[in-house]
Amino acid sequence: MSEQTAIFRLNHVTKLFQTKNSTVRAVDDVSFDIRQGEIFGIIGMSGAGKSTLVRMLNRLEEATDGEVIFDGKNLGNLSNKQLRTIRMSMAMIFQSFNLLMQKTVLANVMLPMKIAHVPHKEQKERALQMLKVVGLEDKASAWPAQLSGGQRQRVAIARALAMNPKVLLCDEATSSLDPKITEEILALLKDINQKLNLTIVIITHEMSVVEKICDRVAIISDGKLAEIGEVKEVFTSPKTEAARHLILPVEKELNLFDTTDRRCIRIVFDGRAASDPLIANLVADTGVKVNILCADTKTVGGVGFGQMIVELPKDEDAANLVINYIKEKGVNFHEIERKGDKI
Amino acid sequence: MTSQLWVLIGNGVLETLQMTVSATILAYLIGLPIGIALVVTAKEHILQNRIVNLVLGVLMNIFRSIPFLILLVVLIPFTRFVTGSSIGTTATIVPLTVGAIPIVARMVESSLKEVPSGIVEAAQSMGASPISIIFRFIIPEAMPSLLLGATINLATVLGYSAMAGCIGGGGLGAIALNYGYYRYQQDILFITVAILIIIVQVFQESGTLLANKKRHS
Ligand SMILES: Nc1ncnc2c1ncn2[C@@H]1O[C@H](COP(=O)(O)OP(=O)(O)OP(=O)(O)O)[C@@H](O)[C@H]1O
Ligand SMILES: [Mg+2]
Repeated sequence: MSEQTAIFRLNHVTKLFQTKNSTVRAVDDVSFDIRQGEIFGIIGMSGAGKSTLVRMLNRLEEATDGEVIFDGKNLGNLSNKQLRTIRMSMAMIFQSFNLLMQKTVLANVMLPMKIAHVPHKEQKERALQMLKVVGLEDKASAWPAQLSGGQRQRVAIARALAMNPKVLLCDEATSSLDPKITEEILALLKDINQKLNLTIVIITHEMSVVEKICDRVAIISDGKLAEIGEVKEVFTSPKTEAARHLILPVEKELNLFDTTDRRCIRIVFDGRAASDPLIANLVADTGVKVNILCADTKTVGGVGFGQMIVELPKDEDAANLVINYIKEKGVNFHEIERKGDKI
Repeated sequence: MTSQLWVLIGNGVLETLQMTVSATILAYLIGLPIGIALVVTAKEHILQNRIVNLVLGVLMNIFRSIPFLILLVVLIPFTRFVTGSSIGTTATIVPLTVGAIPIVARMVESSLKEVPSGIVEAAQSMGASPISIIFRFIIPEAMPSLLLGATINLATVLGYSAMAGCIGGGGLGAIALNYGYYRYQQDILFITVAILIIIVQVFQESGTLLANKKRHS
């Protein structure tokens, strides 16, 4: 199976919400593909339209315009019955888990199969098997109220996997969990992705989630697709302000320094450049001193990459010297727009 | 008191229970679907339908705002048509049921509305049909609340049944009125009232117990 096969294809998808005195463009002319077998991240600020977008992937939300193609079928053309059948192959998990509190863990996991009229015995066997996958086989007869948040999300994942879906849609699935549990759930998702070759779509406003497990990412801003690409690519050279804003939040911290009438640049290192003592060399080679305002490193797709915000010297010539030096070294950088400009 | 009187009271208890329980069950047979319809036809819900929602809502409000005593009188022709008589235990079940339907419907509506919308969304995302969503998701999730509601309805219908005793219904209400009020037999009045209180207590306690036993969150 080719990695390049699109399981979802969005063509100029738009969603308008009519409110009393205005029209909200929640999703605005968005087109992209989600590939079979990948973990695809959709990230954006609160209100950007992420939830609306993901809900259009299983037509919980009707597109006002454009089309959503799933596995070759235009969702907009399906009858209600066909839509229900196709939804059985696209499971969804939620921030609030949405388990039935009055049913046992086992009954929750059996539910999608019950709806699909799978024979009872098979329901139970498969449910227990899925609980094993998420590491909760001993909780089969527990009630959701007796479980922790992380355990509840595991049950929700088991429930989602029950019908052996082609895709798993996750809307802020880890947003109500603490960092450690988030890690565990993400590791579980990655594991499932690899073992079952299951396409996973992850909606989040947390960059760290995308960093950890996504192959590709789409950045949504004001309902529009701002940027899309390999996570590593988008991370190391974000092309839009929206992307920089999400990816490089150090810029926001820059306001805290409130330094500066001086020019600042952001230097982004990929794995190779990070091992080079760039700043030390810079100072040694040019004799110009620069001030490091902040620095940050993370691992994206197994490659360490770092970023640094450097304040240039006041003197124009010295500043240009620094810029030229960095340019020469082939290191990725760009000048940060001044405060008051939209960062 | 003579044993004859005890037999009378015993029969009264049976009649009262019979009226109350049958009327409540009948009221649920009609009120439960109406309550469900009120929920699922509401705005943004799975079977949104403004007209149905409005008509049912207005109908329920009209019936609920008629005082029960007046409903008893107004319904006499209808009761006679249905049961062939307008007095006695069986006849009383008719107005009791009619009076309880809107209360049941609204109680069911409010219980079902407590179910978080996320549950419905999860159900939809699994490909559940509206019928499945109602019976496999919403109602099971609302069950403890529905049971508590049923308990309250039972006690309300019991109160109504005593009222019905005043205009020819049977049961403890009629006994209290005939013996205790018209014949000044204070002891009978006292005993019947005490029994009514006990029955309400038993209903309420067992209902609460059952609801709590069913509730897992
Ligand atoms: N049913 C609705 N009616 C009207 N407006 C809506 C509706 N649903 C969403 N919106 C609006 O559409 C926009 C996008 O909302 P959406 O929930 O998709 O954002 P989001 O990116 O998921 O945000 P968050 O991170 O806060 O969950 C918001 O401006 C929101 O107010
Ligand atoms: Mg959202």
